[in-house]
Amino acid sequence: MDFLNAIVALSNFVLIPALAYGSQLALGALGVTLIYGILRFSNFAHGDTMAIGTMVAIYATWALQGWGVSLGPLPTALLALPVAIAVTALLLLLIDRGVYRFYRGVKAVPVTFVIASIGVMFILNGLTRLFIGPDDQRFDDGARFLIHPRAFREATGLAEGLSIRTTQALTVVTAILVVAALFWFLRRTRTGKSMRAYSDNEELALLSGINPERVVAITWIVVAGLSVIAGVLYGLDKSFKPFVYFQLLLPIFASAILGGLGNPVGAIAGAFIIAFSEVTVTYAWKKVLTYVLPDALAPEGLVQFLGTDYKFAVSFIILVLVLLIRPTGLFRGASA
Amino acid sequence: MKKLMLTGTAVAALAAGPALAEDVQIGVIFGYTGPIESLTPQMADSAELAMAEINAAGGILGGSMLQSVRADSTCIDSAAATAAAERLITAEGVDAIVGADCSGVTIATLQNVAIPNGIVMISPSATSPALTSIEDNGLFFRTAPSDARQGEVLSEILSGKGIAEVAVTYTNNDYGKGLSDSFASAFEAAGGTITINTPHDDGKGDYSAEVAALASAGGELLVVLGYADQGGKGIIQGALDTGAFDTFLMGDGMYSDALLADLGADMGGSIGAVPWSEGEGADAFAAITEAAGVNGESSFTRESYDAAALIALAMHKGGAGTSEAAAANILDIANAPGEPILPGELGKAIQILNDGGEIDYVGATNVELIGPGEAAGTYREYTITDGAYETVQFR
Repeated sequence: MDFLNAIVALSNFVLIPALAYGSQLALGALGVTLIYGILRFSNFAHGDTMAIGTMVAIYATWALQGWGVSLGPLPTALLALPVAIAVTALLLLLIDRGVYRFYRGVKAVPVTFVIASIGVMFILNGLTRLFIGPDDQRFDDGARFLIHPRAFREATGLAEGLSIRTTQALTVVTAILVVAALFWFLRRTRTGKSMRAYSDNEELALLSGINPERVVAITWIVVAGLSVIAGVLYGLDKSFKPFVYFQLLLPIFASAILGGLGNPVGAIAGAFIIAFSEVTVTYAWKKVLTYVLPDALAPEGLVQFLGTDYKFAVSFIILVLVLLIRPTGLFRGASA
Repeated sequence: MKKLMLTGTAVAALAAGPALAEDVQIGVIFGYTGPIESLTPQMADSAELAMAEINAAGGILGGSMLQSVRADSTCIDSAAATAAAERLITAEGVDAIVGADCSGVTIATLQNVAIPNGIVMISPSATSPALTSIEDNGLFFRTAPSDARQGEVLSEILSGKGIAEVAVTYTNNDYGKGLSDSFASAFEAAGGTITINTPHDDGKGDYSAEVAALASAGGELLVVLGYADQGGKGIIQGALDTGAFDTFLMGDGMYSDALLADLGADMGGSIGAVPWSEGEGADAFAAITEAAGVNGESSFTRESYDAAALIALAMHKGGAGTSEAAAANILDIANAPGEPILPGELGKAIQILNDGGEIDYVGATNVELIGPGEAAGTYREYTITDGAYETVQFR
């Protein structure tokens, strides 16, 4: 019984949250890594792209809710996704035309792109606040719980409750579907192959007749899809607050760099490593250990390695370690 | 040319005003943006209601009108609050300040701006115990009680319910730290056990890690000493979602209708305390706020009204629209002896002072300033039943 309680407590507070958080980071890190692989710069505007895309999705959701449209137990925001992705893709293409294309034309060094992307970040950040404001916004509806902790406790008779929120399950399922679709697209379709070719060797790709502007445009569209889905899932699961997306930039970049920038598989692995590290390092293990260990060995203290306020420091430490020890990342991406 | 000069004379005559008195500027510095932005508009409205009431009765000092100048303290950013207070004094030329709201920015503006400039400040909501002992040159007062008292009240509520083991989380600033310290010492002195006492930062999207740590430490209920618009709400949401805690004990920053509307239905049995007042003063305040279309039921609205009224009456008694006059007379006005003054009777108070009488400002919160000029304080103990606040008793 104690062992079951320990497993339930661990799942409830560590495994399930980390799995959902990791999926959200993975979608974000995939976007960053795609831009790095194809456009060859670190896009600092990614967090705020997520924020502005989510904002569009929220407006669309509110409109749908106003018309009485609903998905039953699922959040209405899922229906708003296509609209939000289309608007965000259009916005990213406009930004590319207005900002990045110029720097590609003059063959600017990557650091110039990075600085330009910081400028874009500030503009997107400002736009988001201008339209929807800096506050929390709620746009989730439908059933909140797949498994309610109280119901679980009553059904199983265990002391610990297990909670699985609809949004957590939805996040993981959506992430798996999106990642599968992305990999199919990159490996099986002609366009995807031309993107990979362009990423591997730009000159060779140009010689074989690949149109670079088309590759760039498709990359932005794919990135719009990934960032809006990541942003909406994060907003549904946690809360939508524009500034939070800016803060997500650190763990997202840490994930992409840990996995190897430009390497999609690496981005996913990196995201889950970062998510699980953040949660396990700041978790107080007292409860789980008390269940598992014999009474004599039960811990007095909280058995917490780092205070929860240092959560972001965990991604920072991992980022610094990777850059020091293995700058190309676990999966041999480009050197950061 | 002649016509122009005539017009000029007319304008000059108008500017001099009928009563030959200068208007008195009063700064109202609250966090209109930031963690308590849902509370501050009502607080400012209440302070301005007191000023409007005095203006309607003919102003102070025989015709000086009170003018409110708002500035944003942000509640959390000391640098921004200091700059805002600096602007109030140097650019707007305010003669006294109602504010600031949160303890951290209040300490910062008091030390950096008010004391060097000799401007009096009355805060309606800064409750940190640190403000009791601060070196203020007699310029700082508050109509809110110190959190040293609130900590004791919260501890008494738990003892009354026979709860002996709790987990505590507080917002990571002067207010949260001060309140959690005073609660912890009172609760432990009463024989209670605190399993974990941990801060949370405001403005994050996700509090699952904080909730996980709190859940692991365990306890009969979770004590949340934070803000209802911010981390405090995130913590409660997270605790409910994971089933970590079902009932909460909340400090005064958590009293909010918005919180109740979002989460109240799942928080049945939760308890809390908020500075409150009952009796004639509170009823009179409810009547005038209703008549003026101001939401007077929100937190700290009564204290804000009282703060503005005290400044104006003290200036009037001191015979000058200056901080010096206000600071010297606030304790006189606020405490007995004298004719009791309720909200809505500010005109009468001025009349009594004109006639050379004494007043005892009772106001909306039964103002009684003790020690270095802070409210003794009454707290309303409430419980959440069926998604609504229900008063248990006053302490």
